Amino acid sequence: MRKAITGHKAVAEAMRQIEPDVVAVYPITPQSEIAEYYADYVHNGLVRTELIPVESEHSALSACIGAAAAGGRVMTATSSQGLALLVEVLYIAAGLRLPIVMALANRALSAPINIHCDHSDAYLARDSGAVQIFAESAQEAYDYTLMAQRIAEDMRVRLPVIVNLDGFTLTHTVQPVDLLEDEVAKKFVGEFKPFAPLLDVEHPVTWGAFAMSDYYFELKRAQEAGMEAVPAVFLEVQRAFAEVSGRRYEGFFEAYKLADAEYALVVLGSTAGTAKVAVDELRARGMKVGLLKPWLWRPFPGPAVAEALAHLKAVAVLDRAFSFGTMGALYEDVASALYPLEKRPILVNYIYGLGGRDITVPQLVQALEELPKIRRTEWALRYIGLRE
Amino acid sequence: MKEIRWHGRGGQGAKTVSQILAQINLREGKFVQAFPEFGPERSGAPVRAYNRISDEEILVHSGVYEPDIVVVIDETLLDSERPTEGLKPEGVLLVNTPCSAEEIRARTKFPGKIVTVDADRIAKETGTGFPNIPMLGAVVALLGTDYNLAEAELREALGGRLSRDMLEKNLQAFRAGYEAAKEVAVGRA
Repeated sequence: MRKAITGHKAVAEAMRQIEPDVVAVYPITPQSEIAEYYADYVHNGLVRTELIPVESEHSALSACIGAAAAGGRVMTATSSQGLALLVEVLYIAAGLRLPIVMALANRALSAPINIHCDHSDAYLARDSGAVQIFAESAQEAYDYTLMAQRIAEDMRVRLPVIVNLDGFTLTHTVQPVDLLEDEVAKKFVGEFKPFAPLLDVEHPVTWGAFAMSDYYFELKRAQEAGMEAVPAVFLEVQRAFAEVSGRRYEGFFEAYKLADAEYALVVLGSTAGTAKVAVDELRARGMKVGLLKPWLWRPFPGPAVAEALAHLKAVAVLDRAFSFGTMGALYEDVASALYPLEKRPILVNYIYGLGGRDITVPQLVQALEELPKIRRTEWALRYIGLRE
Repeated sequence: MKEIRWHGRGGQGAKTVSQILAQINLREGKFVQAFPEFGPERSGAPVRAYNRISDEEILVHSGVYEPDIVVVIDETLLDSERPTEGLKPEGVLLVNTPCSAEEIRARTKFPGKIVTVDADRIAKETGTGFPNIPMLGAVVALLGTDYNLAEAELREALGGRLSRDMLEKNLQAFRAGYEAAKEVAVGRA
């Protein structure tokens, strides 16, 4: 059923269909409406979820960790400073291999305080051990929230999964979203199978044990094995989703007009939509350009990205956050992926869109048009839409 | 693709009607976007909201800079907000005002089509108190959207929020706004 709804509502609807046992959440702009919609569902009796209104995001994720270890299916949502506050326990959720799905309404980190979109919050959680997926639209945010649940709960993975959606640009914009029928969505997500639940008192277990230098390393290596399993599971879940929804997501990224392209952009999130318009505009003028839009950012699908970009002459990687003192995080991913190749495209890194600075079609057209003029890959940041 | 920019004041319901318009356009099979200006929202402060309407999937996620239709829900914003900025010369300026189109042209210097609707009067006469719904009716008329389809969607959108009495008053206000713009705007925007 197609509805005109916001990104908030799309995520909340996916959560309603998943109907987790526990949702623990604390409000923060631009995430709050996800929690508000969900609270409505709880109080109107549409779901049997235990909704825990906590006093901070740190408490929200802590409650989720407790509930997940106890044997429940749990979800939360946050943004910006909220993410920053809960990152401490996000590492614990990942280390304990707890399949918690969290919507992240991307918003700039302070200071200066700002409520608008960039990806500094997602980048802060980059090395946390959480799987990270980026959505271009409310539709993708809905679809990937459903898929995230299966990826997180797969026994080969068992990790927290973050579904990123751009604050305001996606969360507050009414867009068409095709929702699955409740039964179809529920069947797709499947019954939750708890693993070694604390509440199974007949089979007592320890969660969150101590590990010194004798075992810590091996346990972290085992955690990385969970990450290594993600790509195969990701593709399986996409295929299963296509069967029930008719919406085909094929691969770790969307390769838009990339196969015969000479120049391309790599960009995360809603800007990829705007970039498609820029690509189309230049294609109409005869320039062979394309776009690579990662859905899966952590784990980064390096070899697949390298293969998709190897034939290009030059690529602009766009980061919507600084990694202060070095190149952009997405740029570094792409550069590392391409390094093993003998012949690789020229790379350039743009920082754009911080704190909600708008990014337009003409700006992206210009970035693509600049590419043929760039002679070599340099260790230097460039900017789009910055007043200097 | 058509792009619309709404100018209102916080509390007048610009965001609400932009979202209802998106639902109406979706019902007629269009692709849509509706989003508010992402600024600090305070009661009485100038606010903007936007719509995109297209026969094809809308991929662009940037702001709207060259709208086809500008809707001014609060006449006092004509002076303070420069609502004609970026408005296409072949576009339409729709203003809630008791003034004539020519008076608004003299004030704004906008060369294109100007449509005036006295939405405050409609709001008062129907007893709704808000000018946003008559202005929504006027936009629906300018877009050439089927009236019955639009009314059915509006009924659904407001049904859950308003009493039956207030719903009927709003539908009257919607109709009055629609008729007012339809009379002036011959043909489609």
